Amino acid sequence: MSIEKIKISEALHDLMPPEYQDMVEDATYGNQDRGWKDIGESKELIEQHSLCAGCPESIAFRYILASLPAPENTVFVGSTGCTSLVFPMVAVHNIHSLFGNQNAVASGLKRALKIRFPDVEKDVVVLAGDGATVDIGLDYTMQSWFRGEKFTTICFDNELYANTGGQESGLMQKGFVAKMAPVGKLFDKVRLPEIARESGCHYVACLTVSKPNRVEKVLKNAILVAREFGPTYIQLYTPCILEIGKQSMEGLDEMKDSEAIGGRFVFKEYMTDEVKEFLKQKDAEEKDRKKAAKLAAKEAAKA
Amino acid sequence: MSDYKVVPGPEAFLPPAAAMMGIELPDPGEGHIEGRIVPEDEAIEHAARKFLGAKVPTIFPGPQILWHWNESAAIKAACVREMAEILPARLIPMADYRPKYPKINPEVEINPNHPNLTIWHNKIDVCLFVGVHCHQANLALKIIRGGTSCYTMAACGMSGHEDACLTIRDVHEDTLRKLTACIKKLKAEGVKSQAEPFEQFRFSREDRKPAYLT
Repeated sequence: MSIEKIKISEALHDLMPPEYQDMVEDATYGNQDRGWKDIGESKELIEQHSLCAGCPESIAFRYILASLPAPENTVFVGSTGCTSLVFPMVAVHNIHSLFGNQNAVASGLKRALKIRFPDVEKDVVVLAGDGATVDIGLDYTMQSWFRGEKFTTICFDNELYANTGGQESGLMQKGFVAKMAPVGKLFDKVRLPEIARESGCHYVACLTVSKPNRVEKVLKNAILVAREFGPTYIQLYTPCILEIGKQSMEGLDEMKDSEAIGGRFVFKEYMTDEVKEFLKQKDAEEKDRKKAAKLAAKEAAKA
Repeated sequence: MSDYKVVPGPEAFLPPAAAMMGIELPDPGEGHIEGRIVPEDEAIEHAARKFLGAKVPTIFPGPQILWHWNESAAIKAACVREMAEILPARLIPMADYRPKYPKINPEVEINPNHPNLTIWHNKIDVCLFVGVHCHQANLALKIIRGGTSCYTMAACGMSGHEDACLTIRDVHEDTLRKLTACIKKLKAEGVKSQAEPFEQFRFSREDRKPAYLT
C-alpha cells in the first residue's frame, strides 16, 4: 500500500461505511509526528477487536498501531493466537502465517519488498504470541536473527497458551499452575531477550505496556534500527487476565506490579554501541525537526 | 460438457462447487449462463434482461472499485454508479471481508461471510458482483446459491466464476459500459424495469447513520 492509494472512489464515496470515510480523512497515515497521543484524537488503525474486555493485549495493539513510523508502508506478519483475532480489524497490511513460521515468512517478504520497491522503505513487523515465538516457532525466529534479517520481531508475552485454555509455554514463569498445566512449571522462563541479544539482534527491549510513552519509543527505535542494521526484538508483557484469575480492570495493576524492582518485567534494553550512537543522532534530528516545525507554525500564525 | 446447471438455489446447506460438477470457466470473449458457455454479448444481454425483470435488482461493488487505487478503478466505479441509476438498482457495498461479529447491518452492507443475510433481508432476487476479489466472491456466491433463491451474476476482471448463475470475464470499463448500453437499448425497445420503488441509502460521516433514516 502507499499513501496515494488510501482514497475512496468518488462515484461510490457515499456508500462507504463511515469508518472508512473517517480513516481516509482523519487517520494519521503519513504524519511524521504520529504517536500514542493521537488515540482519541484521530481515527485509530484498529476498528474493533474480539479480545476480552480489559485485555492488555488490546492496549498493546492500540499503542503499537498508533506508534508505527509509517503504517502505510508497513506489513505485519502474525501467527496463530489471540493476536490473529485482531488482525482482520487492523487497517495495516498483514499476513497470517502458519503457526510458528512467522519469521520465515517475514524474511522472504522483507527481501521481496526490497526488490519490488527499491526506493521506498517498507517495514516488516512480526507480531506473535509467546507460543509462536518461543515454543513452536523458536527455530524460525532464531534462524532469522542468525541471518541478520532486517525486520522487527514483537512477542506478546502472556506467559501461556491463552486462547486454547491455559497450557504451559516456554515463557511461563517457574512454578506457575495454569488451568491446563496443573503440575506447575518445572523450569525457568526462557530468557529470550538475552538469547536475542546473543543471536544477532541489534536492539532488544523487554517491558510491559503500562507506559505508552515507553512502548512508543521502543517500537520506533526497533523499527528504525531494523531498517539500518538488522534484526530487532521487543518482548511485551501482556498478561492474560482470564488465565491468571484477574478482573477486567486489573490488567494494568498486574503489569505495574511485574515491572516494579525485582519483578519479572523490569524494563530492559540492549543495543550495540553503533546503534546507541545512531539513536542518539536520530533523537537529535527529531528534536531539530520538531523545533523547526514549531517555529514555522509560530511564524505562520503571526503572518 | 456437464449436464449440471448453475441455477438459483436454495440448493443445499453446502452446495457442491460448480467446478466439481463439471462447469468450466469461459475463454476470453465468452461468458457462461447457468454453466452454458456463450459469447460475451449474449451473456451481457441476458444479464441486462435479468436485471430489468427483477423486483429487487442489486449491485454489490467490492473493494477493487470502492477504492480509488488506480484511475481505472475510479472509472469503473463511475460506470457502476451510472448502471445502477439507469436500471434502477440498489447499490450495497462489500466494503471489506471482515466477519464483523456480532452483527452486520444487512440493509447497508454485505460481506462474503454471511451474504445470505443481506439477500434475505432485502429480498434481493437478482444481484451482480463487481470489483470483489475472486476468492471472496467464490465464497459468497456459493453461500448465496446454497441458501437463497437469488440469481447471481459476476462481472469478473479475471477468468469469471463457475459458481455464479451468469458470469462475464475480463471485465473493464468498456464491458460495464456495454452492459449499461444494453440496458438502455432494451428499455428503449419497451422492456420495462420491474424494480420495486426504493431509496438508495447514503452514509454520512456526521450522524453515522444512513441519510434516509434521518
